[in-house]
Amino acid sequence: MSYNVRVPSLQDLEQMARKLRRHVITMIAKSASGHPGGSLSAADIVTALYFRVLQHRPAEPRWPDRDRFILSKGHAAPVLYAALAESGYFPVEELGTLRQLDSRLQGHPDANLTPGVEMPSGSLGQGLSFGVGVALAGRLDHRNYHVYVLLGDGECDEGQVWEAAMAAAHYRLDSLTAIVDHNGQQLDGCCSDIMNVEPLADKWRSFGWEASETDGHSIEQLINSLEQASQVKGKPSVIIARTIKGKGVSFMERNLSFHGKAPTAEEAARALKELE
Amino acid sequence: MPEVKKVALRDGFGQGLLELGRRRSDVFVLAGDVAESTRAELFQKEFPERFLNMGIAEQDMVGSAVGLSLSGKVVFISSFSCFLCSRGYDQIRVSICYNNQSVKIAGTHAGITVGPDGATAQALEDIALMRALPNMTVVVPADAIEARKATIAAADWPGPIYLRFGRPPVPIITNEQDPFEIGKATIVRQGRDVVLVACGVLVAEALAAAQALVADGVESYVINMHTVKPLDEATLLTAARTAGAVVTAEEHQINGGLGSAVAQVLARNFPCPMEMVAVSDVFGESGEPEDLKEKYGLTWKHIRDKALDLIHAPKLRC
Repeated sequence: MSYNVRVPSLQDLEQMARKLRRHVITMIAKSASGHPGGSLSAADIVTALYFRVLQHRPAEPRWPDRDRFILSKGHAAPVLYAALAESGYFPVEELGTLRQLDSRLQGHPDANLTPGVEMPSGSLGQGLSFGVGVALAGRLDHRNYHVYVLLGDGECDEGQVWEAAMAAAHYRLDSLTAIVDHNGQQLDGCCSDIMNVEPLADKWRSFGWEASETDGHSIEQLINSLEQASQVKGKPSVIIARTIKGKGVSFMERNLSFHGKAPTAEEAARALKELE
Repeated sequence: MPEVKKVALRDGFGQGLLELGRRRSDVFVLAGDVAESTRAELFQKEFPERFLNMGIAEQDMVGSAVGLSLSGKVVFISSFSCFLCSRGYDQIRVSICYNNQSVKIAGTHAGITVGPDGATAQALEDIALMRALPNMTVVVPADAIEARKATIAAADWPGPIYLRFGRPPVPIITNEQDPFEIGKATIVRQGRDVVLVACGVLVAEALAAAQALVADGVESYVINMHTVKPLDEATLLTAARTAGAVVTAEEHQINGGLGSAVAQVLARNFPCPMEMVAVSDVFGESGEPEDLKEKYGLTWKHIRDKALDLIHAPKLRC
């Protein structure tokens, strides 16, 4: 069986990223809770991965040779759910159940409930360690899958991220690529004010990683960076994706109040109009 | 008392790992440094390709273990109990338990009997921490033989499991041929007047207390409650209904451990007079294991005295 028969064009992908952003707004507005900012900043990264880079089979979520995508910044669950639904893991209509009682779409990802979700997240800092384990398993089992872990820049405050960074380099896990959604903001303010993570790329380099920086809203650049990262041998790679929190909706961009606040019905309508 | 053979529980763990490694190729062991101390080193020496040292980074070790286990491997993580359970708690909660991944968590150097290293190294809250987590199973073997059996049984256990092992050599009180089943308590002594429910190294103390109580005309049940969660309620309640009085004994804080688990079952099913032998909500200190057990009230004498208190205070009876 073959999947992804037609390679989507850049225009297709940009259209898809807009669609994911529209889902994010609609889902969060309907549930009246959730984190729009970090989902919107990650939408292009998630699009590049799910609709171009990842080898996966939505009809067979646990296909052993699938590339793994791990959303470590679990509060961006809406954009992940949108990508999974648009990929065909579950019906798009189900997106409307986000955060509702008995829904498969929990406020933060649940691997046992949602087809396509690899691990639970929501307590920051845990995804890269999990990625290390999955990459080690791939090597031990002689499988060729690649492991992608999406982290937040605020998330890099967590010590466990750097424990995992050390372990990944120690075990020379070149099947592991981390992507940092570097939108420069965390819940309480700018990362540079709350806890400065710079120089971020140099930090990863000093831990033994191949580090590159890219425009996290250019799907073309993202695809190039991801493909380059997958070619690196003997060490893990990280892509620092420069993004804008709330990207795509003018009044949400760099607006901290939309880190974890749902838009009102009127705001959602305005946002959806901008994302047409 | 006759001289009994003493072996550390961690040695039983190391032996169990080794046997598992020889029996099956899907067993992997992760260490957070300290593999020599936990005895995971025995496995490392024979199966280096299935051993990964993750360094002094317990949180990362937990996450990596989950990633490895998803490909069908049987993964043991090992470190000192206090570092693994306390430092790695959020990771155990989310990555292992919420995800319901069958990672085997082996905490050694548990309890006050770790001795001279003092309070920071003495895990006395681990049973409470682990038993509070949904999906988690908690096993506290009584001696090195049981530690070996528990390790081997854990490999086939379907969910998350915590195994608790101590550091110093302690008396062997079970036999190789005794059956061991996770979740099934062992009645090691039949009685009449009081039930002594113990886990870990306090099972030996409970047996000694039962011997001593004979002189007072008291016949004690002794239950080895090696699985604190899920608790074998049937075995506990059958004995409690006969005797009408229960004393628990554990090398753990009084809050949240075996005593709490037993009280929970009794309160709902058969309320009866009960006492708890445990560390009374204080941190430990440096000292030799036996001296610490004496000072913190964890010996057979303490169990005997609590049993006599219950028996001689009939006004407390329901």
